[in-house]
This record gives sequence, C-alpha cells and structure tokens, in this order.
Amino acid sequence: MAKSTTPRTAKPKTAAGASAGGDHNRPVPDTPQDYKASKDELLEFYRQMVLIRRFEEKAGQLYGLGLIGGFCHLYIGQEAVAVGIQSALEPGKDSVITGYRDHGHMLAYGIDPNVIMAELTGREAGISRGKGGSMHMFSVDHKFYGGHGIVGAQVGLGTGLGFAHKYRGDGGVCVAYFGDGASNQGQVYESFNMAELWKLPIIFVIENNQYAMGTSVNRSSAEDLLYRRGESFRIPGLQVNGMDVLAVRGATEEALKWVRGGNGPILLEMKTYRYRGHSMSDPAKYRSREEVQEMRDKSDPIEGVKKYLEAAGVSADELKSIDQSIRKIVTESADFAESSPEPDPSELYTDVLVEQY
Amino acid sequence: MAIEIKMPALSPTMEEGTLAKWLVKAGDDVKSGDLLAEIETDKATMEFEAVDEGVIGEILVPEGAEGVKVGTVIATMQGEAGGAGAAEAASPPAPAAKESAPPAAPEAAPAPKKAESGTANLASEAKAVTDPTIPDGTKLVKLTVREALRDAMAEEMRADDRVFVMGEEVAEYQGAYKVTQGLLEEFGARRVIDTPITEYGFAGVGTGAAMGGLRPIVEFMTFNFAMQAIDHIINSAAKTNYMSGGQMRCPIVFRGPNGAASRVGAQHSQNYAPWYASVPGLIVISPYDAADAKGLLKAAIRSQDPVVFLENELLYGRSFDVPEIDDFVLPIGKARIMRPGKDVTLVSYSIGVGLALEAAETLAGDGIDAEVIDLRTLRPLDTATVLESLKKTNRIVVVEEGWPTCSIASELAAVVMEQGFDDLDAPLLRVTNEDVPLPYAANLEKAALIDSARVIAAAKKVCYR
Repeated sequence: MAKSTTPRTAKPKTAAGASAGGDHNRPVPDTPQDYKASKDELLEFYRQMVLIRRFEEKAGQLYGLGLIGGFCHLYIGQEAVAVGIQSALEPGKDSVITGYRDHGHMLAYGIDPNVIMAELTGREAGISRGKGGSMHMFSVDHKFYGGHGIVGAQVGLGTGLGFAHKYRGDGGVCVAYFGDGASNQGQVYESFNMAELWKLPIIFVIENNQYAMGTSVNRSSAEDLLYRRGESFRIPGLQVNGMDVLAVRGATEEALKWVRGGNGPILLEMKTYRYRGHSMSDPAKYRSREEVQEMRDKSDPIEGVKKYLEAAGVSADELKSIDQSIRKIVTESADFAESSPEPDPSELYTDVLVEQY
Repeated sequence: MAIEIKMPALSPTMEEGTLAKWLVKAGDDVKSGDLLAEIETDKATMEFEAVDEGVIGEILVPEGAEGVKVGTVIATMQGEAGGAGAAEAASPPAPAAKESAPPAAPEAAPAPKKAESGTANLASEAKAVTDPTIPDGTKLVKLTVREALRDAMAEEMRADDRVFVMGEEVAEYQGAYKVTQGLLEEFGARRVIDTPITEYGFAGVGTGAAMGGLRPIVEFMTFNFAMQAIDHIINSAAKTNYMSGGQMRCPIVFRGPNGAASRVGAQHSQNYAPWYASVPGLIVISPYDAADAKGLLKAAIRSQDPVVFLENELLYGRSFDVPEIDDFVLPIGKARIMRPGKDVTLVSYSIGVGLALEAAETLAGDGIDAEVIDLRTLRPLDTATVLESLKKTNRIVVVEEGWPTCSIASELAAVVMEQGFDDLDAPLLRVTNEDVPLPYAANLEKAALIDSARVIAAAKKVCYR
C-alpha cells in the first residue's frame, strides 16, 4: 500500500529555502500510520460507508421524486472521511460540527436514519421536527452540533465548542469539518488564531473534495496545499488520503494524540472527492465525466475497504448480506420519511424562543 | 421485479423538462452511477444517473420529448434478481402496491425521538410579568450605568460558573469604556478573556460556546463593529433553536455601546436597535438608567435565549438611583412608565428617554401633562403598555435616537394604526435623527441628532397647541 499521508515536515522546499514556520525546534506531530483495523472494525467501516452511500442515493431519488425540497448536498464519494474520523472519537465526550453536507456525519455518529430522512422530507418526526431540513440538523444527545448553512460558520462555532471543552476541563475534543471552499473564508483564520492562541482542543478538518461548488481549488486558492493553511498560526497540518478509511483513521489517531496532549489545534486536509454535483441542482459542467469516473474506478472508498476485507478473509456472501441489510434500513427510512405526517401547523410558532416573556 | 424510472426533479423549482437524449437502450446493463439520460431544465442540461443496478427494460418516453412532467415514468428496469435492491427501488413509486402490502417499516421502526424543547406552549398567552416590588425603606444607591452593568455581570458570574465575559480589551485594559473594570481581578483570566480584534471570529466562538453549554457574555467595543459579526448573531445564534426543533439552545448575551457617541463620525455612530429587533429568535434590550441596566442585564444573562443588549456610551457615566436589593432582576419584555401623564404619550428607549423626560418637564410648564414610556425591551415589544397609555392620552410621539426609516418608531406607528387607531386624536409623530450618515462637524452633528426641543415641538403639534 502506498504511503497515504504526507507529514507536514515533508513539505516542498521553497526556492528561498525559508519555511513558513521558521522555528525548527517546535514540536510537530508524528507521521501518521494507516490504522491497523481488526476484521470487525473493517466490517463496521464497510457497513457505515455503505449505509451512507445507499442513504444518499435514496435521498437523491426522493429528491428526484419531489419528496425532498430545496438544497440537498450529498456525501457520496466522501464516506471514508466521516467514518474514519468519527470512529476514533469518544461518544458523549467529543463533539462534532460541520457544514450543510451533513447527512454522512450524522449517520457515522449512529444517529437514526429514520429521523434524518424524515427531516429531509420535512416531516414532524424529523430530527429538527421538519423545521431545519437537509442543511440544519442537530443532535445534542450525540454531541453533533450541526448542520450549518453558512459556509465557514461552523469553524468559528466549532472553535467555541473547543473553548467550552477546555473551559469545563471535560477532556473532550471538537472536530470541525469544513470544505475547501470554506477554507477561503476570513473567519476560518480568525478562528485558527484564537484556537492556537488559547490552545483549544479542536481538530480542523478540511474535506477537500476539490470543488467549491463549481470552482476548483486551483482556481480559488493562492495556497492550494490546504494542509499548510494553518502554518502562519503555528497550527500543524497533515494531508491525508481521504478516500482510504484506514489512512483517515490513522491520521485522526495522531491528531487526537496531539490535541489531547495539550498541544492545541491541528489541521487535517482530507483529499477526497464528491461524485455528485455540489447540490442536487448542480449540472456539474465544470469537470469532465472521465474525471469522475476515474475517481470512482480507482479510488472509491467502499471498494477500497472491500479489498481489505477480502484480504482479511471475508467472503463476498458476507458482504452481500450486509448490503442487503443496509438496503432494508434505507428502504425503511424512506418509507418512514414518506409516511410520517407533516408538522402540525401550530409548530410554525414553537421554538422561536425558549422562554416566555 | 420492474423498477420504474421516473422523470426526476433536478432543481428545487423544476416541474417539467425536456428529455433531451437517452444514453442507454433497452437491454443495457447499468450500474449505480451510470448515465441514463440528459435532461434539459430551464436552467441547464443535467445528466441523470442510475441509482440502482439492473437491466433497462423498456424506454417509455422517447428522446426529444418536451414538457415531461416530473414523476412521469420514463423507463423501466429489471433489478438484480432476488436482490433487495429491486424491491427497495420499486416501493416508493408504487403506492398501489404499498396499500395492498403495508410496509412493515412504521411498526419495526422505533418511535421517533422528539427533542424536548419546553417551548410547545410558546404560542399561548405569555405570563404577565411586572417589575419586582421594591419594599418600603429600601436604600437607594447612586450608581453610574457603567457600574450597574459591571455589578450585574459580577453578580451573575459569582452565581454561575458557566458565565464568562469575552471581548476586546475586557480584561487587562479593564474595558475600552471601563464597563468590565475589576472583573479580571475577581474572576481571573479563565473567565474574563481578552480577544484579538476579530469580531466575526469571537462572536462565533461565543456562540459555539453557548451551544456547547456555557453562558457567554460577548462584549463588542461598539455595536458598529458587530456588523462584522452579525452573521453569527442572526444566522447562528437567533435561528438555531428554531431550526433544531428546540433541541439546541444558544444562551448568549451580545452587549456593548450602540448609537451615536460624540464627534466620532458616521462609521462609529449608528443605532442598530431596529436591525436586531426585526429578527425572530433574538431578545433585544436597550436600557436607559442604571437600575434597568443592572436588572435587565442580569435577566439577559439568565435567559435561555440569545440577547442583544444595546448600551449607550453617553449614558455610561450618568448616575441614577438603584435599589439596594439582593438579586435585583427585572422582567424582559416589559416597558416602564417613567412619568405618568394624561395629555400626550412620549415613547422612547435608551438615551431618548432622557430627552423625553426633559421635554415633559418643559411641556408641564406649558400646561401639557406628558406621559413618558421607556420601552426597555425592543423585542418582544411591550405594545400593550403603549396602547394602554394611548387610550388615556389619545396622542403619541415616538422619540428615537436613530434613523427614521424602518425604525422602532415606524414599527410603533404600524402597531398604533392597526391596534390603536380609534384612540388617536392626532396622527402619531416620530422624532428621529435626520436621515443622513452622522457628520463630524459639531454644528452638523447637532443638527442631525434629536434633542428635547424637537420632542417638545412634536408633542405640541399632536396636542394642536
């Protein structure tokens, strides 16, 4: 297996020979190793990734049928990122926040597919009672803090979650996911500055799927090696093969070690790819069909884990039975989401404020 | 089992489209992700992908067909033999089949967990709230607004470890306007936090900390700088409780000076009360005197809702009587009658209250008995108190240190038209700043801002005097 992670120390030398950091004695995180997963863990990775894939395909289908409205951003292709990272977190202790492409992160956190799908169809049983929709879902129970529709807002908010972990001394770490597009927002750097200044326990994860809607990283980013974006704040960065769940998990272990060790934040750039358009209404004319197909053929995260499973002696039949059980879960979630009633009209006026004045 | 392939909706607004081109034919093997067809919407040509594996059965709508309605069956496909996929794909588009064999899903699925929001009764009548009665013989102490605000924060920080204050120069410098004086000394750097000059960033950090269970007080050096942070105040803080179905609260106070100061020019002189007061999900408070500053800031810190607390730099140094009572907390959402009267109602908030009181004194000398109302909270607006007063006086003037357009004054004009029309003996008049950016030159600045003379003139006008 090719080395799938690029440590910060291996960055290319500039002509001037001056590195951005300058201080060579500063500690840096160790080079992450691919995670050594047990057979059961591999099966669980596979199960979760297939669940996300099938769920998202179903969501796309329901969108096509007009059952899901508005914006609907699918996670297909990026499954290894959420699954690899969140498998390393401690439920009930660590917190997660992301942008609007959030279905996958919720599924990876074990949130009931039924209430997610019912939210997508805008039903009363939805996790936000039908009042949030695809982009605005939360589960405080799972320490999943959304689901935010404004590009980059989750980075500031996540820094606040990291602040709260540190303030309470609860030992938790916040993972704040954002995209390559969000990585150009000003508030990301305001957050980097405070996170490092106050040594907050936070892992910044750039899910670099290479297109900010229709604009490629190269067309929008002066520094397109996004793992280096924390350097002027002294935040170390690692570039990770986000299509390989074991590389993702391995890098996350290293990041957690760094952050839990009191070193402050770390930045992970997950090189990944979305197969679908930015949202359901995106015709994706900014990239070639061949480019997408090549990714699917050569780097698909689910096919990748399948190979590991085959090597671990898992039979094709076993995988097929997992596939079937997932299809059943997804079908049930779609049925549930379609058959659940819409919110009661009185819900229009609830939850605007918590208290009465 | 046959899967029906339906004309997809490819955008939030699409109702029909043109089936521009078929990329498969009957008998073709397709797998998930393969292109089936090109479909033209009014905006773009979109490629339509297969989501299931199978063999194309029959093409039902030929290519080139225009105006194909979303949901029309355009082709059929044979699913994987015996695979769960076929049944799965067939179920949503076949309601008839569903009726004959009701899906087991609703029974098998656990009852959906609904978030406990505690807000289900919000649409019902709000409870009546009044200021706490101040016992006879309570000592009144003179405090500046600045000291009252500081005391409010200190008391709440002593009572609740989750409360902390962050902002530019709040700690070591003791506050740009000395409102946080002494807090660092008492509570330490963990709870009194100097931030970099980074309004958007620390507004986000504060909001996230509130979502994570803390009770932040975020100080803006002035609300003019909060323009850089308004996205978090509105999109993150105000809307989250609603968007999460009541699951995720955001108990945070954004506070700082608001409105015109003195000779600082247009960028540092603006009243944001109408901006924030227009946003559902926010509480907006703008006190006038020291007692209200203290009692309402304590209430704001305790509130489970996000609060925008608008102070006024010119009032910070003014002294007022504050009752010496343990835990002096005032109700949010309740206006206060500052001076009872019977001839005309003067409604204001923040620094305008002082001008209205000044005007009322002069008007008394002219035989006009003015009632002065301090709104105190701008959202929710205590319209009941205003309308009740109007019933008595039948004349009303709104005094606002801010622009006239889309102001609190215009809002009250609308409320009075809708709910108090029959009580009006004269049109409502607004006394507001001039509709210009605030100039620097002393004479121009003076001309742009409200003063008691303008209030007196308006009051006389509605009294036809």
